[in-house]
Amino acid sequence: MQYIDEFRDKEKIVSLVNRIHFESKKPMRIMEVCGGHTMAIQRFGIPGLLPGHINLVSGPGCPVCVTDRAFIDKAIAFSRLPDVIIATYGDLIRVPGSSSTLDKEKALGADIRIVFSILDALTLAKRNKHKKIVFLGIGFETTAPGTAAGIVKAQMAGLFNFFVFSAHKIMPPPMAALIDQGVKIDGYLGPGHVSTVTGSAMYHFIPEKYKLGVVISGFEPLDILQSIYMLVLQHESNHPKVEIQYSRVVKPEGNTKALELLDEVFTLDNDWWRGLGVLPKSGLKIHEKYAEFDAEKMIPVEVEPTREDKGCICGSILKGVASPADCKLFKKACTPSDPVGACMVSSEGACAAHFRFQKS
Amino acid sequence: MQSHTNVLLGHGSGGRLSHDLIRDIFIKAFYNPTLAKQTDAALLPVPPGQLAFTTDAFVVNPVFFPGGDIGKLAVAGTVNDLAVAGAKPAYLSASFIIEEGLPIEWLDKITQSMALEAKKAGVLIVTGDTKVVEKGKCDKIFITTTGIGTFTEGFYPIDEKNIMAGDKIIINGSIGDHGMAVMSARNDLNLQIPVVSDCASLNHLVKLVLGQSGDIRFMRDATRGGLGTVLTELCENKEFGILIHEETVPVKESVRGICELLGFDPLYVANEGKIVMVVKSGDADKIVSLLRQQPEGAEAAVIGEIVSNHPGKAWMKTAYGSSRVIDMLSGEQLPRIC
Repeated sequence: MQYIDEFRDKEKIVSLVNRIHFESKKPMRIMEVCGGHTMAIQRFGIPGLLPGHINLVSGPGCPVCVTDRAFIDKAIAFSRLPDVIIATYGDLIRVPGSSSTLDKEKALGADIRIVFSILDALTLAKRNKHKKIVFLGIGFETTAPGTAAGIVKAQMAGLFNFFVFSAHKIMPPPMAALIDQGVKIDGYLGPGHVSTVTGSAMYHFIPEKYKLGVVISGFEPLDILQSIYMLVLQHESNHPKVEIQYSRVVKPEGNTKALELLDEVFTLDNDWWRGLGVLPKSGLKIHEKYAEFDAEKMIPVEVEPTREDKGCICGSILKGVASPADCKLFKKACTPSDPVGACMVSSEGACAAHFRFQKS
Repeated sequence: MQSHTNVLLGHGSGGRLSHDLIRDIFIKAFYNPTLAKQTDAALLPVPPGQLAFTTDAFVVNPVFFPGGDIGKLAVAGTVNDLAVAGAKPAYLSASFIIEEGLPIEWLDKITQSMALEAKKAGVLIVTGDTKVVEKGKCDKIFITTTGIGTFTEGFYPIDEKNIMAGDKIIINGSIGDHGMAVMSARNDLNLQIPVVSDCASLNHLVKLVLGQSGDIRFMRDATRGGLGTVLTELCENKEFGILIHEETVPVKESVRGICELLGFDPLYVANEGKIVMVVKSGDADKIVSLLRQQPEGAEAAVIGEIVSNHPGKAWMKTAYGSSRVIDMLSGEQLPRIC
């Protein structure tokens, strides 16, 4: 079993598609809240396989896209300090700040390293004792435990030149906020890798309070189609609930060790989400007892005032109330090579996915 | 013989050290009578008619990677650019920009590998240049090769104006091998999946194909930007479109695995030994079976066709019937966050 071909099997896909067409009668808007799903849905051409009355809309699931521009501005300010090395996941370097990007700062001489894991950033800290390594902590419950583990490791190893600038966030608050703010959907395609860490219990409030189904989905075409099929059955029978399609990876209880680490290192704080505004207890701030690893507390820096671009409707796109094509800037002033909004930058952003796969 | 173990600034000064380096490393490895004369310009006998002329600069990190090194790349890359124009690669120049401190042993290894690849391809390296720059001013070694190709002995210039709907698109093997081999060889990525670069001169393969069909409509080596970029460029602003069938595009299991892991699309990952060809529909099968008899073409396949609907666009059809547009990549592919 190599976990790819089995989940792209033509006959099974055709049979599932037929079943969706057969079972689905009521119109349906399904929102995915994971950037990996946004990308997979477009890459595998899923919308074209579904009945016309099933709409897939992208929610705030791309970590880069929901991040405050002020975060990028501050990261840029850190990168301009002479004794700082920025360690970041690749997606982030092209995101526009108010007047620059990390990519541009790198070209101008800032020391910015793309890392694949926080462990690479720790290695940088070991090898560059005279420098301050600032790791840009971005992402949801998927990447946050890695950051937490990195901070704990740094403490054990006495790496006091290692710092984290955290923009980590958690998924349930925006899922509630979207519905509270009046976004019309009929079910959530639940995030696969976030749920690997969190388990499925945290979504129970969605069917209970909002009467919407959540199916935690994998990332292959069969996974996504099966999840859609499960949501269709729930919708048709008016029985919303939380189900795990991605059961080969996601357990109801999640990854307890990772959850303990999150608890140990982070505290919940109000956080700003592009498109949704400030959501209570939605951001992960570094706990006071690990303050010596918190870049915001330990490295004073002057940051330029943040200004947002006029005309960019990333906010509405992230809420699923507008589609990329509704934006005046889409494909004109805003393209993947010269992005205005964050949704065009990350390969997981709704605009980038639409630009790449639906341009016709 | 060289008494130094590392390249010094003096090796680029034009004096005694330069002279020794050229004699002991370059002329020794690339020896041919034209080069040995060490004249300012090589004098070359050329047949009448057209010439093919190309140049390419090579930078790669790391310099040595599974399946090749920068030297092999520098020869094969330029040979392939000539070959896909339909030409017989004949002469190369080679210019080196070397960072001071480069181990002489590395330089020797790189030139040996260039010499071997040139021999395999049947080209002569007839002129060259060496500059040494201060530490930090270049990354170990940069090589520029320029090539001249001729149109004799059954070689003919390829003209894409003959492309028409119904023509078949062929590739000589799996995509993404080079890009992923280089990426996994980089120090900071500890992947242990064996991926070997496909870096190879393909002129002999091209010659076979040219001999088989007098009507090759298009050839391009799918290097940086990968297969996806070649297809997009090919039909951009044209009156025809392209349809690719995803399940027919060869991708090695290991390459696909790494791509899935990092969030890369193999369509856009670099190759150094892959040619995309457009051929007359009726010629496609025999060309594929001919290619398959050669090691560089063992996995050759028809991957799609030229179509008259959606002009200017390349589309990919998945095995289960959905389709998506293939577009050019903007900027580098970056590994995803999660």
